[in-house]
Amino acid sequence: MNRTWVTPGGVHPPENKHQSMTQQIGSLPIPDKLVIPLSQHIGAAAAACVEVGQHVLKGQLIAEAAGVVSIPMHAPTSGTISAIEHRPIAHASGMLAPCIEITSDGADSWIEHQGISDYEHTSPEKLLEIVANAGITGMGGAGFPSAVKLNPGRQRPIDTLIINATECEPYITADDSAIRERAGEIVDGIKILSAILGHPHNILIGIEDNKPEAIAALQPHVESTGISIVVFPTKYPSGGEKQLIYILTGKELPAGKLPADLGMVCINIGTTYAIKRAVIDGEPLISRVTTVTGEAVGTQRNYDVLIGTPVSHLLAHNQFDQERCSRVIMGGPMMGFSLPSAEVPVVKTTNCILAPSYAEIPEDEPAQPCIRCGMCAEACPVSLLPQQLFWYAQAQDHDRLEAHNLFDCIECGACSYVCPSNIPLVQYYRSAKGEIRQAHDEKIRSDHARERFEFHKARIEQAEQEKEAKRAARREAAQQAKSATATNGSSGGSSAADIIAAAQARAAAKQASPEDQRAKLERTIAATEQRLQLAEEKLAEAVASNSDKQSVFSAAVENTRQKLEQSKSKLAELAE
Amino acid sequence: MAAPTTVWLCSMQEFAVILVSSILINNYVLVQFLGLCPFMGVSNKLESAIGMAAATTFVLTLTAMASYMVNALVLEPLGLIYLRTIAFILVIAAVVQFTKMFIEKTSPLLYRVLGVFLPLITTNCAVLGVALQNTSKDLNFTQSSLYGFGAGAGFSLVLILFSAMRERLAAADVPESFKGAAIAMITAGLMSLAFMGFNGLV
Amino acid sequence: MIELISQQPIFAALIAMVGLSILFGGLLGYAAEKFKVEGDPIVEQIDELLPQTQCGQCGFPGCRPYAQSIADGDAINKCPPGGQATINALANLLGVPAPELDQEHGQESEVKTVAYIREDECIGCTKCIQACPVDAILGAAKLMHTVIADECTGCDLCVEPCPVDCIDMLPVEETIADWKWSTPAKPGQMIATDRRGELGSNTVQEDAA
Repeated sequence: MNRTWVTPGGVHPPENKHQSMTQQIGSLPIPDKLVIPLSQHIGAAAAACVEVGQHVLKGQLIAEAAGVVSIPMHAPTSGTISAIEHRPIAHASGMLAPCIEITSDGADSWIEHQGISDYEHTSPEKLLEIVANAGITGMGGAGFPSAVKLNPGRQRPIDTLIINATECEPYITADDSAIRERAGEIVDGIKILSAILGHPHNILIGIEDNKPEAIAALQPHVESTGISIVVFPTKYPSGGEKQLIYILTGKELPAGKLPADLGMVCINIGTTYAIKRAVIDGEPLISRVTTVTGEAVGTQRNYDVLIGTPVSHLLAHNQFDQERCSRVIMGGPMMGFSLPSAEVPVVKTTNCILAPSYAEIPEDEPAQPCIRCGMCAEACPVSLLPQQLFWYAQAQDHDRLEAHNLFDCIECGACSYVCPSNIPLVQYYRSAKGEIRQAHDEKIRSDHARERFEFHKARIEQAEQEKEAKRAARREAAQQAKSATATNGSSGGSSAADIIAAAQARAAAKQASPEDQRAKLERTIAATEQRLQLAEEKLAEAVASNSDKQSVFSAAVENTRQKLEQSKSKLAELAE
Repeated sequence: MAAPTTVWLCSMQEFAVILVSSILINNYVLVQFLGLCPFMGVSNKLESAIGMAAATTFVLTLTAMASYMVNALVLEPLGLIYLRTIAFILVIAAVVQFTKMFIEKTSPLLYRVLGVFLPLITTNCAVLGVALQNTSKDLNFTQSSLYGFGAGAGFSLVLILFSAMRERLAAADVPESFKGAAIAMITAGLMSLAFMGFNGLV
Repeated sequence: MIELISQQPIFAALIAMVGLSILFGGLLGYAAEKFKVEGDPIVEQIDELLPQTQCGQCGFPGCRPYAQSIADGDAINKCPPGGQATINALANLLGVPAPELDQEHGQESEVKTVAYIREDECIGCTKCIQACPVDAILGAAKLMHTVIADECTGCDLCVEPCPVDCIDMLPVEETIADWKWSTPAKPGQMIATDRRGELGSNTVQEDAA
């Protein structure tokens, strides 16, 4: 028997899991349109590699991974790509995100695919490649690309593999039902994981004691495999990665560190199943088990849902009663969020669609003032001080918030659950985290702007200095030239004449070719003729208006005529 | 002048009694109500309170030592007891000025934060109070210094506790008319009630 | 000696006080030399908190001169791009109360803007390039000018010099990446008078009746 440890805090909300466990995992008819968001995970969004109008088969690659921390997307069914545009997605902001819409053709025809039966003798790199290409991400809710998680690098050898079968949140039974029906395949998946990680010494399946049937289903498959099933008492939130690691190993994960730094890897049991399907059956991740539950739906059951199925399709198929439903929640009652509309698609991390009646989850009661009872601190599984965090979040005191380890909060909602004043504590922490992150980003931006400004100033200064230097050099040269001529020449007049003569000599030496000279003269003649015309016009005007300037203008006309004569004679000379 | 041996000697019991007395029982701020100006003025933030506490403790200890020496070496031999107050103020002013220069050099931010309260330590009645009480009690050098240090430690303790509470008060839901100095005074009064409970301990 | 002193007490007092003063004065003089402080590092710390748009709305030609001025005792509420957050941070640093933004110097805008040059109308005069304090405009004389959006701080200094008025300040769109949760309403707003902020309620009154 493996020893277990007890995490601090935690709460025991009513489980409400029995309602959705009366039947086996069901399947739904294929929806007309499937919307696959390009970002269903942590990391860079996938990049679409198909075009509108293209026909795709089930399991065909439709979007490629963009970078290391990213996953590809595959078509959940065969059909035509009908749109690649921004669509509503399941995000608390209600904003749109890039999605690929597929109109199904009903045939559900698979693309050619093949798995590997002998994974034991396949290199870990090859197995990781299969996992990466299958678009597998953490299906417990976080959505971190599994291939990246399973590749911690040579500096971090793994000696403990933990399979997270806890499913601590009320109402959700997706993992429970999957284990009951697919225990054998899941254990195959665990063996594949073990092969990828180089056969760690300890392989532990962490599961709560409220799932006796699942434990019984797993037991025969893990006998003499070295895999241990560790059962521990039910408490929310034991399923968090840090909490589960502590329960199973007694080790606390320091802030900012990954489990791999402690030589551990924690994978959700649903993800394990998906990895088995990818490696042994060659199928990419295109469907997942989702619990549809709550009193506002007629049938409460787990389904194998295609990724991209609109939530409305799920609800419609289960006799959804809009009148009775207080809100539609994606996820569980503790950590899920209300959907702005039911026209959003199911993604790879959707473990539950909860449609509670007003009796189950009533309207939010208004928050009352904090009475400083301290129950939130008793409930916190991370041993934080939620009361202090709340007061500092209200005062927007970022320094104190960080000093009280705000970023270690896992947003489990245990504190809000126990608060007698109904204060939405987790909302305060989320908002405070956002503000602090934004302030950090702005600091980085302003530091960058300061650098650019300093450089700008330096550049301008340098340009000024160079100009000054040139000016000084020119002045020097002029001074020198002046002093040189002063010593050379005897009297002022002749020296000036000498300079002019020298300049003329230089000009003569630089004389252009005859063609250029002719062209130049012709241009001069043309210009002079124009000037003559202008001058004559002015003269005429002056004569007409009998102005005093007549003599001036007639002189100008004469001047210009003479110049014209000169230029013409020069041209004639050249022609000879 | 007193014989050399009794100038320095101080038994362990006396040591403990002096410290407990000056830190808790006769706390200079909450029981004797001296030094309230920096107590209210610098207790807004914990960092500045710690800085002020350190500065005042430094000043108090040095002042106790220096004033004892001035009293024993200059005033009493020359029969100038009536100049005690002025002489002590001179000593205090010099020590505070020295402290100010030291802080300006080592921590400009603390210097900026303490602002005018740093030179105001000169007028802190707790400092002059310690100096005068030492002479009235006729203590020797070691005992005087201990008293000075104990006074500083008591001041620091109370200032730091109070500033921690004021930080929480700043974030709390205080009614409009009580915000700021009013609620701080009430809190100080409650703390004072608590410290009066040490009466009769020794 | 002691007889002299006991016979002429005033003289003795004078000597004693002057002697003490000289002694302490000497000590302090020595300390002043030893603990001499150069410059004013507080200016650096103030400058760190300012947004570095170098826009000049505070009345100073850049953020550093304003930081210097604050260190010399100027008001801390003159920076609109920094907004109330910067005022609070400065107040925290200097240990002074945080006032409201001085409207005389401009208003805090909710939306971040970035400059955009309408290229059809640009005549390539380089006036905007010279005006930009962070060199965020790419271009050369008689060639197309364009704003590097990532580097633009939205300071507005390029709009004035443009002779053909072809620069717009466009708002930056908020994406899912920079979306953040909003703060919930203050607890205690249970009854209608609380929510409306009327007399006798929990909320702060804007103007006491």
